[in-house]
Amino acid sequence: MPISADVFTATARGKRSGEGPSKVQLSVRSLSAHYGKRLAIRNVSLDFKPRTVTALIGPSGCGKTTLLRCLNRIHEVTRGASVSGVVELEGQDIYAPGVDPVAVRRRVGMVFQRPNPFPTMSILDNVVAGLRLVGECRSRGEKLEVAERTLRLAALWDEVKDKLDRSGLSLSGGQQQRLCIARALATEPEVLLMDEPASALDPISTAKIEDLMSTLAERYTIIVVTHNMQQAARVSQETAFMLAGEDGVGELVEFGPTTELFTRPKDRRTEDYITGRFG
Amino acid sequence: MADVIAVRRTMQMRRVRSGVSVFLTALCAGSAAAALLLILGYVVHAGIASIGLPFLTQVPHPVGIPGGGVANAIVGTGITVAISVVMATPLGVLTGVYLAIYGRGAAASSIRFLSDVLAGVPSIAIGLFAYVVLVAPFKHFSAISGAFAFAVLMLPVIIRTTEEAIRSVPIAIREGALALGLPIYATTLRVVIPAARAAIITGLLLSIARVTGETAPLLFTAFGSQFWEFNPANPMAQLPLQIFNYAISPYPEWHQQAWGGALILIVVVLFLNILARAALRSRASR
Repeated sequence: MPISADVFTATARGKRSGEGPSKVQLSVRSLSAHYGKRLAIRNVSLDFKPRTVTALIGPSGCGKTTLLRCLNRIHEVTRGASVSGVVELEGQDIYAPGVDPVAVRRRVGMVFQRPNPFPTMSILDNVVAGLRLVGECRSRGEKLEVAERTLRLAALWDEVKDKLDRSGLSLSGGQQQRLCIARALATEPEVLLMDEPASALDPISTAKIEDLMSTLAERYTIIVVTHNMQQAARVSQETAFMLAGEDGVGELVEFGPTTELFTRPKDRRTEDYITGRFG
Repeated sequence: MADVIAVRRTMQMRRVRSGVSVFLTALCAGSAAAALLLILGYVVHAGIASIGLPFLTQVPHPVGIPGGGVANAIVGTGITVAISVVMATPLGVLTGVYLAIYGRGAAASSIRFLSDVLAGVPSIAIGLFAYVVLVAPFKHFSAISGAFAFAVLMLPVIIRTTEEAIRSVPIAIREGALALGLPIYATTLRVVIPAARAAIITGLLLSIARVTGETAPLLFTAFGSQFWEFNPANPMAQLPLQIFNYAISPYPEWHQQAWGGALILIVVVLFLNILARAALRSRASR
C-alpha cells in the first residue's frame, strides 16, 4: 500500500530518535512491579531499539504483560499497583517526579489483547477519540484527514471508508482490532505497545495484524507481547524471554536478536521453552 | 448387569426429582404471575368504566354533582415528579459516578451505607422530613415540598443504579481511553459515562416509577387540591392523594373514581417500566 509523504512528516518526531547516537528508544533499568504486596516482576533491564519490533515471550504468569503495562504507565491504573525502577523514553525517565502519565501515554500508544472500540462511538469518532476528547481535531474535515491517514496505516481504510459513521462495534473482531491500532496511531505516538494483539482473532485476521506490525515498524518502535513463539519469530527482530522464578516472580531470562535467541539460546531455560521442553 | 440396572435406577430417580422440581418452581412462578394478573385485571375491570374524556380533562366535582375527573391530579403528579427528577438526578448520578470511580476508603463506604439505609427508610418518614424542612418554616403546603420528598426517595435508587452501571463498563474500555493519553476527566465524562448511559437512564426511569405511586410523603407536603394549580409553591392535586381521598369517602360514585385513578396510575407506571426495558434493549442491540 502506498504511503503518502505527510505520513512521514507526521511521525518525524519518532524518526529523529533513531538518528541519535544511543540507538535506544526506550530503556528499562531495574524495573520491578507490584500488585499490592505481591511482586509481579523483579529487576528487569533491557533496551528497546527504535523502529524495531521487539517480542516479549514467556509462559502465562511470567509478567510479560505487566512489563508492557509499565512502559506507558497504565500499570499504575490498577488498584494497588506500583512500580520501582527507571524507564527512559529518549533519555527521559517517565517515572520521574512531575512527569504526567497522560503525556507519557500520548507518546507511547497501546493496543490491547481484546479489541476495545468505544461502544457509543462511530468508527470515525473512535479513530480520532484521542484527539477529539481533549479538544483537538474538531471539524469534520480534520477528523476525516486523520482518519484516512491512520486507517490507511492500519490497513482498514478500504474496508470502512464508506461506513465511517457506523458504530465501531459493527465491525468484525479483526477489523475492530485494526480500528484500535488506527486509534492508537492517531495521537502520533513514537512507541506502540501491543498486548497479544492477535490472540482473540482468527488466523486470517492474525496474518493481517502481523503484516501490519512489519509495516508499522518502518516508523514506530513496536513492542509486542505474544504467547505464540512462531509469531515472535515471524514478526520481531528482537526477543525477550521472561520466566517466573520459583517464588512466582517474573524475571527477564534472555534478551537478544530474535534469530539468535531462537537458534542459539544462551540460557538452558530459554532452550527448554522454545523447544517445548518447558517445565 | 446389576450395575446397569443400578445406573438405570439412579437415572430414573434423577428424572423424577428433576420433574418434581420443575413442577414446583413452575407452580410458584405461576401463582406469583396469577396474583399480579388478578390485581391488574381487577383494577382494569373496576376502573375502566370511569375512564373517558371527562375523567381525563375535568377537575373533581363537589359531592353530589356527578362526573368530574382527575385532570388536575394527573398534571400535578407530572409537575411534582418532574421537579423531583431535576432535584435528584444531578446529585444522584454524580454521587454514583464518584462511588464507582473514586469510591474506595471509609468516606465512600459510609456514603454507600447511608444510601442503602436511606433506601429502607419508610416513605412517610421522608414525608415528615420534607414537612419539617419545607412546609413548617413557611407555614404553607407546596408541591415543591412533595417533590423534595420524592427526590430523597429517588436518590438511593439513582445512586446505586448509576454506580452499578458505571462499574459494569468493562475495564478494557476505561484503560483503552487512558492508554490514548486521555486525562481521567475525559475518560470518565466522554467514554465511560456514555457507555453506561442506557443503564443510568433505566435506573432513572425505574426511580420515577417508584415515586409516582407514592402517597404517604404527599399527605403533609403537596397536600392535594380540588382545583387547577400550576404554581409549585402552592398545594397541588396529586393522583395518589386523589385516589386515597376518593377511596376513603363514603360515596359509591367516588369509589368508582378512585378505581379509575388507580387504573391510570398503574398504566403510567407500567409504561415507565416498559420504557426502562426499551432503554436497556436499545443498548444491547447496538
